[in-house]
Amino acid sequence: MAGRKAKAEELQRGAAVAAILKRRGDALVVTGIGNAVHDVAASGDVAENFYLSGIMGGAAMVGMGLALARPDRRVLVITGDGEMLAGIGSLATIGVEKVPNLAIVVIDNRAYAATGMQATHTARGVDLAGIAKASGFNHAVAVSDAAGLRAVVDDAYEKPGPYFAVLRVKSEGSPRVRVPADGTFTARRFRRALLGDEMNP
Amino acid sequence: MAKAPIPTRKQQPWADPVHGVLRDFDIRQMAYVPDGGHARLIGLCLADPKMRSVLLTTEEEGVAQMAGAWLGGQRGVFLTQSGGVGNCINMLSVIQECRIPLLALVSMRGQWGETFPWQVPMGQGTQAALEAANVIVKHVDEADQVAETVRAAAAMAFNTSRAVAVVVSQRLTETGGRG
Repeated sequence: MAGRKAKAEELQRGAAVAAILKRRGDALVVTGIGNAVHDVAASGDVAENFYLSGIMGGAAMVGMGLALARPDRRVLVITGDGEMLAGIGSLATIGVEKVPNLAIVVIDNRAYAATGMQATHTARGVDLAGIAKASGFNHAVAVSDAAGLRAVVDDAYEKPGPYFAVLRVKSEGSPRVRVPADGTFTARRFRRALLGDEMNP
Repeated sequence: MAKAPIPTRKQQPWADPVHGVLRDFDIRQMAYVPDGGHARLIGLCLADPKMRSVLLTTEEEGVAQMAGAWLGGQRGVFLTQSGGVGNCINMLSVIQECRIPLLALVSMRGQWGETFPWQVPMGQGTQAALEAANVIVKHVDEADQVAETVRAAAAMAFNTSRAVAVVVSQRLTETGGRG
């Protein structure tokens, strides 16, 4: 398939994620595998980030379990289009459950960047926001310009969930930052930040 | 749409005591794919206002949900038929890499008096698949031992941060005309 040319109105992924995280407040963040980890960690490798660094298709459901456990906190899942496609059924599960404090933001570069930029199904027309909407998400949008991003920056935290946004981004790399790869460490760091001394094993 | 009747206490007598154990352990999230073997327990959990029961499209979603629940400070239980275990293998790497407690209850098919050939391949591979994914397996085939086995598995899972599966024999899950 011929390479797809980036359109002028497409977003820069690093800057877009930074704009969203700038106003995270006490939100809890779960990332999907790959560049999403780096996009998020570039805004600060904080304890209330959980990086699902090594699995395809689980980020949305980790976010849902977390959101059900902590209805007092906003939970933001930030993941890529390939990872979201691998867990596409979870959109139906989350849409049906109507989890009000869960937001999913998909960084859509239409490619599997980690394995050499092979096209994902979004490059060939699969509409993730449409699937989320049809699955019962309260809000589902796809944005590709600055005005659209501004709306996502507010709505990801404020709209009653489940909330879903696709950021159409340029085909480019993420900011490279050092991220702890040890899941045992990041999971316990996350729980200690959230639960403090009440932490059970 | 015809609704399958929930098996009676007489048909699945172990389900009510298992539900009691889940209450004792303050299990707050339950994840499941509909299954005849767990049908009574699923019904009890769905009726329990202290538990959020989540219907999945495929079993590995439940493994990921359990990880999120624990990260948020809640305990969960994951119910699956033996066939669903195969769907979970890759997602179980989250549990192993992050040392997240997992309590799984597996109802067996393809194991005891099975008459439907398509259930046999995964049923015969269930225990090996779980052990390959570093899940501790407790098999139980006496009705009066299910609840105490679940209690032991839950104590181990949540206190030592391990994945423990209680595998319930097909002898105990047959209700006739089941899926």
